[in-house]
Amino acid sequence: MDFISILSIFVMACFVGYYVVWSVTPALHTPLMAVTNAISSVIIVGALIAAAAAGSASSKWLGLLAVVLASVNIFGGFAVTARMLAMYKKKDRAAPTPSGEGSK
Amino acid sequence: MEHAATPSWAMLAYLASGVLFILALRGLSSPASSRAGNRYGMIGMLIAVVTTLVTHQIAALPEILAAIAIGGGIGWVIARKIAMTDMPQLVAAFHSLVGLAAVLVGWAAYLNPEAFGILGADGLINPVSRVEAGLGIAIGAITFSGSVIAFLKLAGKMSGAPILLPARHVINLGALLAILGLIGYFTLDQQVWVIATITVLSFIIGFLLIIPIGGADMPVVVSMLNSYSGWAAAAMGFTLHNTAMIITGALVGSSGAILSYIMCKAMNRSFISVIAGGFGADASAGGGEAREQRPWKRGSAEDAAYMLGEAEKVIIIPGYGMAVSQAQHALREMADLLKAKGVEVKYAIHPVAGRMPGHMNVLLAEAQVPYDEVFELEDINSEFATADVAFIIGANDVVNPAAKTDKSSPIYGMPVFDVDKAKQVFFIKRSMGGVGYAGVDNDVFYMDQTLMLLADAKKMVEDINKGLAH
Repeated sequence: MDFISILSIFVMACFVGYYVVWSVTPALHTPLMAVTNAISSVIIVGALIAAAAAGSASSKWLGLLAVVLASVNIFGGFAVTARMLAMYKKKDRAAPTPSGEGSK
Repeated sequence: MEHAATPSWAMLAYLASGVLFILALRGLSSPASSRAGNRYGMIGMLIAVVTTLVTHQIAALPEILAAIAIGGGIGWVIARKIAMTDMPQLVAAFHSLVGLAAVLVGWAAYLNPEAFGILGADGLINPVSRVEAGLGIAIGAITFSGSVIAFLKLAGKMSGAPILLPARHVINLGALLAILGLIGYFTLDQQVWVIATITVLSFIIGFLLIIPIGGADMPVVVSMLNSYSGWAAAAMGFTLHNTAMIITGALVGSSGAILSYIMCKAMNRSFISVIAGGFGADASAGGGEAREQRPWKRGSAEDAAYMLGEAEKVIIIPGYGMAVSQAQHALREMADLLKAKGVEVKYAIHPVAGRMPGHMNVLLAEAQVPYDEVFELEDINSEFATADVAFIIGANDVVNPAAKTDKSSPIYGMPVFDVDKAKQVFFIKRSMGGVGYAGVDNDVFYMDQTLMLLADAKKMVEDINKGLAH
């Protein structure tokens, strides 16, 4: 792909992002930050390429370290988002949480 | 550009994962569709990772799987254990990881350009790719060190007060121009000292940018760093010609930028003035002598319980203080007791309440407050005139009428709740000594209909609940 095609995708995606994000309800702004955090770890693609390639040992180790960091984010980000979103479920208050649950 | 020919199916796969990420954000338009959205995001990530592994000759698969397992395990455990009140610092910490990963990937690309398909025919890295990698490293490094400072401030491991260096604007601007100049120079000369200097300068500037910003401005900072982590991913996407990364980077970048804009607007401050920092530092110093003693009334939990029980409509305004004292569960119990007595209860949330966008909503959701009882500023502000009680718990600046009347106030112009229109105001506060983060006095304390309930928020609400129970 040449630079102009890539730039076109980028500009279009900025506009898509603009409209999609404005449609997010303010009540879900914290989950929005958590999930954007998880998906921005798609940078793991670059990390995997570096880690997978032969040729430069230092590049490979940098890549592996980046894979670790990005994985923390991917698993942590999606899991914490899922945990938050589960709390927004419509539910009958039949079983109230034991008090002090959130206090670590 | 002889790019290490990515097969077309792989390009389609990356496009699919980009689309799935768009759907992940789209799902957040309502709580009902949000969980499906999160699953789309996970599938998109899985597609991107598997596609990358399949299309590259893997020289080190066991190491890679081990790296994913280590990182994934750590992330999973943190996500399970973290208390909801600690969400702002968790997000800041996660941002720092994306930033650091971008720096590492940029360096890896520099050290092994052939693997990334950015090697030109002359045996040097393509000049365009050098700019892209340089930008990715710079933005990533700023994201990293800025997020580390934000994390330390949010976690209370470092004072939330703004730290002001002399001539900081000159230093910051100079460093920024130097980074841009070096990225330009990098296209002419790809020696290691250039990229190393870019990296070091960017780490320093990220640090310098965030230390002068005070606690109350943290919602803007966290959103801004969110945006930066997106732009860093996008820059790396340009280097790799990878659609999934570019789409994601653009999405995350605009998401963070929009959230920063919403937060700035909710404080009536310009983005530039937030970035310039120092908010609250001078106001608290000057405000001290001008404050005269004014009469105020102190209430007890019994008084509050009695009057709440007699009310027809109560509007609760939570703020950061509720998060600090973990009062959300006790608060929901209070609302349940009131509803059992036939009182109408609503929650009113200011966009900048707490330390990150949506912070209060998550805490209330954790305490199982139904989200249809929770309202945004503009949707509920007209209802204070018909409310019997405005119940302020851990909020301060967001109810300060000085924002409407006092042009000299640092928070002038910020949209605030019209609590003065309510028949009765209860204001839970630790003591009369502290003023809000903006460092300004609040006329609400001294109104005729205000009762100050001075105690820890959780303790006070629990005492009110005892009063309501019998």
